[in-house]
Amino acid sequence: MDFNDTPEEAEFRAEARAFLEKHLKPKDGSSPRRGSGEDFLKRAKEWQKTKAEGGFAQITWPKEWGGRGGTSMQQVVWNQEEGKFDAPVGPFAIGLGMCVPTVIAFGSDEHKKRYVEKALRGEEIWCQLFSEPAAGSDVAGVKTRAIKDGDEWVINGQKVWTTGAHYSDYGILLTRTDPKAPKHKGLTMFIVDMKQKGVEAKPIHQASGGREFNEVYFTDVRIPDSDRLGDVGAGWKVALVTLMNERLAVGGSPGPDWKEIMDYARGTGTLTDQAFREKLADWYVAAQGYSLTKFRTQTALSRGETPGPENSIGKIITANQLQDICNSAIEMQDHYGIMNDTETMPANALFQQSFMWAPGLRIAGGTDEILKNIIAERVLGLPQDVRVDKDVPFESLKQG
Amino acid sequence: MNFDFSEDQKFLANEARKFLSAQCTTAHVREVLDDAQKSHHEGVWKQVVEMGWLGAAIPEEYGGLGLGMLELCVIAEEMGRALAPVPFASSVYFFAEALKIAGSEDQKTELLPKVASGEIIGCYAASEGPGNPDPAKLSVTFDGSKVSGTKIPVTDGDVATHAIVLAKEGSGASLVLVDLNGAGVTRTPVQTLEPTRSHAEIKFDGAPGTRIGAAGEAGDLNDEILNRAAVLLAFEQLGGADRCLEMATEYAKERYAFGRPIGGNQAIKHKLAEMYVKNQVARSNCYYGAWALSTDASELPEAAAASRLAASEAYWFASKENIQAHGGMGFTWEVDCHLFYRRAKLLAVQAGAPKVWKEKLVSALERKNAA
Repeated sequence: MDFNDTPEEAEFRAEARAFLEKHLKPKDGSSPRRGSGEDFLKRAKEWQKTKAEGGFAQITWPKEWGGRGGTSMQQVVWNQEEGKFDAPVGPFAIGLGMCVPTVIAFGSDEHKKRYVEKALRGEEIWCQLFSEPAAGSDVAGVKTRAIKDGDEWVINGQKVWTTGAHYSDYGILLTRTDPKAPKHKGLTMFIVDMKQKGVEAKPIHQASGGREFNEVYFTDVRIPDSDRLGDVGAGWKVALVTLMNERLAVGGSPGPDWKEIMDYARGTGTLTDQAFREKLADWYVAAQGYSLTKFRTQTALSRGETPGPENSIGKIITANQLQDICNSAIEMQDHYGIMNDTETMPANALFQQSFMWAPGLRIAGGTDEILKNIIAERVLGLPQDVRVDKDVPFESLKQG
Repeated sequence: MNFDFSEDQKFLANEARKFLSAQCTTAHVREVLDDAQKSHHEGVWKQVVEMGWLGAAIPEEYGGLGLGMLELCVIAEEMGRALAPVPFASSVYFFAEALKIAGSEDQKTELLPKVASGEIIGCYAASEGPGNPDPAKLSVTFDGSKVSGTKIPVTDGDVATHAIVLAKEGSGASLVLVDLNGAGVTRTPVQTLEPTRSHAEIKFDGAPGTRIGAAGEAGDLNDEILNRAAVLLAFEQLGGADRCLEMATEYAKERYAFGRPIGGNQAIKHKLAEMYVKNQVARSNCYYGAWALSTDASELPEAAAASRLAASEAYWFASKENIQAHGGMGFTWEVDCHLFYRRAKLLAVQAGAPKVWKEKLVSALERKNAA
């Protein structure tokens, strides 16, 4: 047991680091890694192009699609090193992580030629159009309708929680083509041009106060049949490939951790409080549990093995812990903790801001409940939930 | 990155599991449970001795196999999973490890080969009453040659031949080696929640003893011994917790209620998923503890505390919810659930309850992250 690179990994790490040092500044917290403003997008696109030219974009993709033909472990090493630099990442995560792999798996040769390289070089951004107001955890319940009209399909409906819809060039769109078929069987997937007439992205006013996600409305949008991914009625099979890729992407903790609340507690004198110390121990143990679990996954990758299912514990731990830590930090501030002024509050109101983000984190990318169902069914092999909608025509299902 | 056991270590774990699943079933465990006269299972113990496991982490020069701490960790996991009703932990994790880190050359040369061969059985006597024993406030005393006072409860104190006793000496505390078959020692078995691991009250009345380590140094030594034992106990807890998850999962698939397996209900599915999450958190923390233990890393205090806390929480949750998942059947004497519930509680309080280890952990984090 050790935490060292293999000689091959060390060599790749040195190569990655040299490349990063040549092109970027080490992270000092001054520039945002995520964002959606014009300047940020411009920087992000430039960096993506540089990465692609250096052979560091999509390391595991085969060379024929512009990847490096490298290993998953090399991608992990790259992510670790890139994370130490002021790299504007984010706008490409969903496209390159989920949408374009779906295009590669189900698209025609023309699609691959037209879309893959441009996405890889950061010239075009993709979004994923699955969730709807009545189709969240039960995403196969989408109602956005696609009706055939000659060689085209006419799309009407609404998507929701679409990250980056307003700056995306293309999307993959899950639609209902046969309402008489059972839920999973009447779906079809398309590539959609997001800049065309009839596509309208509106920011969602989130409970946190921010507007990072979108609703997308489709009004008589026409898509050529040649932009269909997979067979008519086989959209669920296509969507599963996309969602499988999603599960590899979620899990990080975008907020204060045990170390930050410990530092804060020290400043306020709360660190001597026995009840607080016991909570701090619990947070440390759970956070370490997940960080070290990632090391186990990396070990499997490093040995060229398939990782076990243990990584599935990630978001259940991190999202709940974030919420709990923020709640404790606010209560530590007593009545004053209700204040949410980033100028005057301790830690620039980081705990207050994350307190309002945390409920969303427990829902995005699979709710706690869906993730537990996945562990129960796919890891432990327990029976699936009762499905009253099975084998029933979608149009006769109860709704509400 | 190489954060896993090696192929050889996994092979050893697999061999241990095969052996224990045949030779140390819950029927063997129940022979001890159901017979108040039995302190441990002699047949199982004899075979564990023959396997050489007692000396797995004892160097060859002291009569052991000289494998290492990682090998001992994988054996511990299997012993915990099998609920082995033998004084393995006392003799190896506490007694032999204490000798390894603090014993004189003479003590190691004399005693370690006998531990490895099973000729003697060691135990660790610290508790004196309710609350975690504080080396600064002990009632058992050592005057430089003799021990006096009462330790209760001492795990395996009735079956052991030797004890390392935490005793007050002058203004400090010392660790004292006592021959339990010698003069001035009276041992009485005590009833506990966990009869498959025996416990005794030991009265010392001027019993002859020799120091392990220097006079007055037992405070630090006790911490070091407990850090090492904590990792090994955590592997036993991990083994038990994983077995509980398997039992609950198997039962949830087989048991029908309202016309289908109870494991199809989200109340059960989510409970078992939570068990899985806690067990994985424990496993990863245990691996880190094993790494720190095997490399004598400066991170051992926090790694040991985190592995013990994670494993105590996982085993507690898994053992109580395993009973719950089994319903009324789970509350019968005949179904094995309560064996794990009993063992989980013993392992969580032996060597210090979670509250004590939370404080140790936070103190270690404060030292590392001083402002």
